[in-house]
Amino acid sequence: MPQIGSFTLLLALVLSAYAFLVGIIAIVRKDDRLGETARRAGIAVWIAVTASATALVISAFRNDFSLAYILEHSNRALPLPYKFAALWSGQEGSLLFWCWLLATYGFILRLRHKVDTRLVAHASVIMSGVQIFFLLLVNFAAHPFAMTVGAIPPDGNGLNPLLQYPEMVIHPPMLYLGYVGMTVPFAFALAALIMKYPGEKWIHITRRWTMVGWAFLTCGIFLGSYWAYKVLGWGGWWGWDPVENASLLPWLTGTAFLHSVMMQEKRGMMKTWNMWLIFSTFLLSILGTFLTRSGVVSSVHAFAQSGIGVWFVWFLAITFATCVFFYVKNKDHLRSEHQLESLISRESSFLFNNVLLLVSAFAILWGTLFPVLSEWVQGHKITVGPPFFNKVNIPIALCLLLLTAVGPLLAWRRTSTESLKRNFLIPAILALVTAVVLTFGGMKPWADIANFYALVAISLSVLVAATVFSEFWRGGRVIARHNNTNVFAGMVQLTRRNTRRYGGYIVHIGVIIVIIGFAGSAFYQSKEKEMGFGDKMQIGPYTLVCRSYTQDDNPNYRSETAMLDIYKNGKKIDTMYPQRRVYKASEQPATIVANRSTIEEDLYLVYTGVNPDTGNPIIRAHLNPLVWWIWAGAHILVIGTIIALFPNMQASKQALSEKERARALAAAGRTGSTAGAD
Amino acid sequence: MKHTRYAIVRRVGVLLLAAASLALLMGAGESQEARVDYLGHQMMCVCGCNEILLECNHVGCTYSSREIDELKQMVAHGDSDKVIYAAFVKEYGPTVLAAPTTTGFNIVAWIMPFVVFGAGLAIVVFVVRTWKRRIAPRPVAGITEAPPEKLGEFRDRARKDTEL
Repeated sequence: MPQIGSFTLLLALVLSAYAFLVGIIAIVRKDDRLGETARRAGIAVWIAVTASATALVISAFRNDFSLAYILEHSNRALPLPYKFAALWSGQEGSLLFWCWLLATYGFILRLRHKVDTRLVAHASVIMSGVQIFFLLLVNFAAHPFAMTVGAIPPDGNGLNPLLQYPEMVIHPPMLYLGYVGMTVPFAFALAALIMKYPGEKWIHITRRWTMVGWAFLTCGIFLGSYWAYKVLGWGGWWGWDPVENASLLPWLTGTAFLHSVMMQEKRGMMKTWNMWLIFSTFLLSILGTFLTRSGVVSSVHAFAQSGIGVWFVWFLAITFATCVFFYVKNKDHLRSEHQLESLISRESSFLFNNVLLLVSAFAILWGTLFPVLSEWVQGHKITVGPPFFNKVNIPIALCLLLLTAVGPLLAWRRTSTESLKRNFLIPAILALVTAVVLTFGGMKPWADIANFYALVAISLSVLVAATVFSEFWRGGRVIARHNNTNVFAGMVQLTRRNTRRYGGYIVHIGVIIVIIGFAGSAFYQSKEKEMGFGDKMQIGPYTLVCRSYTQDDNPNYRSETAMLDIYKNGKKIDTMYPQRRVYKASEQPATIVANRSTIEEDLYLVYTGVNPDTGNPIIRAHLNPLVWWIWAGAHILVIGTIIALFPNMQASKQALSEKERARALAAAGRTGSTAGAD
Repeated sequence: MKHTRYAIVRRVGVLLLAAASLALLMGAGESQEARVDYLGHQMMCVCGCNEILLECNHVGCTYSSREIDELKQMVAHGDSDKVIYAAFVKEYGPTVLAAPTTTGFNIVAWIMPFVVFGAGLAIVVFVVRTWKRRIAPRPVAGITEAPPEKLGEFRDRARKDTEL
């Protein structure tokens, strides 16, 4: 297997180089046959990388510890799904996985080359360039098939215990699909710039691919957050760790692009801006990878720090130089067709939205890199952690929330203040009423800045919900009247007619639900107590009673579990089992959190350890309000994105009828020719 | 009339003052536990886990336990936030603070995002105003009805402009 894996990796590199170089020659010479060989070489890259990745997975299944990677990231007792996940659990394997995803995207792109053969040929060359970089890395800098030095041990070191969770099996693939997915819009955008692509088709293709990458990135970020919440046992879901920040950077610029691209599609504006946004999104996804793998910044994710950083620096520099070169060369092609006419318009709301998103991205990047800068300037490192990121980003997020509410009420070109007042009045009253009710309900915005932010966030969320609902309601009512149906059927019809617009609104609803969940963190509580038999702990409305504690042993780990009965208002409602494990292969401890999630709050129990004197377990209890809303909002956000990816009902019908007409014409032509022959 | 208005303003003022005092009194009862919770979230565990002090999830982490004990003692002793931070920095180094201080070079960390924010907003406003000025107002010299063949084009344009 190692030989097959190594050989196919090398073969993939050769094929990528062919697809890249011959692809360029074919474009320059306008030689379609040569171009076709480059396209097929690109497809063959996928086959070669797939073979290589499969070889690594089979090696993991076979416990082939002659491979250093399998020795370090697997062991005999590791359950099968985690052996599969070992593919992306370490530096070398995850880079191979990255290569495979990139090759898969390239494979799809090349199969769909008839969308626009010339544009795809250019994009394909760019994809091959990126593919060459990653294949060089896995062939020469971080080889996944490197052999174990010295005698082969009978068992492996095992997978990091923190990675042995079901969420961890799907979180990295999702995140990588997002990161790698941003290569496709980048390739199309750069291709369009290089060839001075006439028309707007490239921007439609780029937008759709960005949405795909963005959707995966969103899933990856939320799954990572869910994993951190369920696994790390600190009771939180976002720690502003450099690895988390790295995933947020392309997400923010991608979000900015998905908004400002509408200005280009509708009004032919912001072409340069959009081009650079998509370049930045790709560069940031690579920069994030560089930051998290090079060891430049220290992270909770101790994963994979090595000397591959210099490779990334060179790649970033070459890519950036390429972008600048072609931008300077062809910038005339990106001239705006229209200009902004008013500050109170949909266009300007997108502009402000972009500024806020980019400032947020800058603040996160700045905070992530500041320790390095501090070391350089002051001679010592400092920590830039959650207090900094929260203080800087929460006000920005609140401004964005306000824009999310106002934006849909603004018309393209210009909006009269009268119409703005008319549309805004009821939502604004609802938001104010919410703020008053919450204040009188005991939220005390004056007591703490976190309370104040929570109050503003929830009130603004109501504002957004009201404006979005009014949009659905108005449109749904018109359709219902026209089609003689009820208003809800009208809303469904409305969404199907303009999936992008109303899918986007559903995304906004998802965002506000997530934000309400975030706001809940201002009211968390936590307690820690040693819990012997029959001992009680009170947290919020819950009483925890220790019924028992027990120990267990299996080939993979030893465990200690506490059994706690949960009472609410004197009535037993549940029994929870927080656990602590020690994985035998690595002798590393890990916590298995017991979480009781409701729409109001999560009761989150962690087995933090044992008192050595008494042998009693020590339990930390967290009461986290509204966390359920974060995961519910994330689901809605993804559903909204999927809806937005679907073609509009009318457009698809039109496309269908055009196909039918073409088929009919072709049939008529055949009949005609047959008749002629007769 | 003027006197009545003055009385109303005075009463509202007194009420606001009373509300503010009440709010302050409510804040004054801040427990030691709440202070430990706040300060514990402004500092890091120094075991190398890169976690906030009170959120260190390492089973049996000796560093965080020691730091938390010290923090509790200092809070119980009535030390000010500044004194506590200084003592921790002296003992564990500057990385123990979870956010940059607002002194010396560290203040740049805080200022830069807001400078960029201000600059971004200023640029947007400037660009919009410049673009607005460039659009010369066209005199309306009598409106003529669009020819039928142009109507379809206008409809398409309207559709494009009004849908998102």
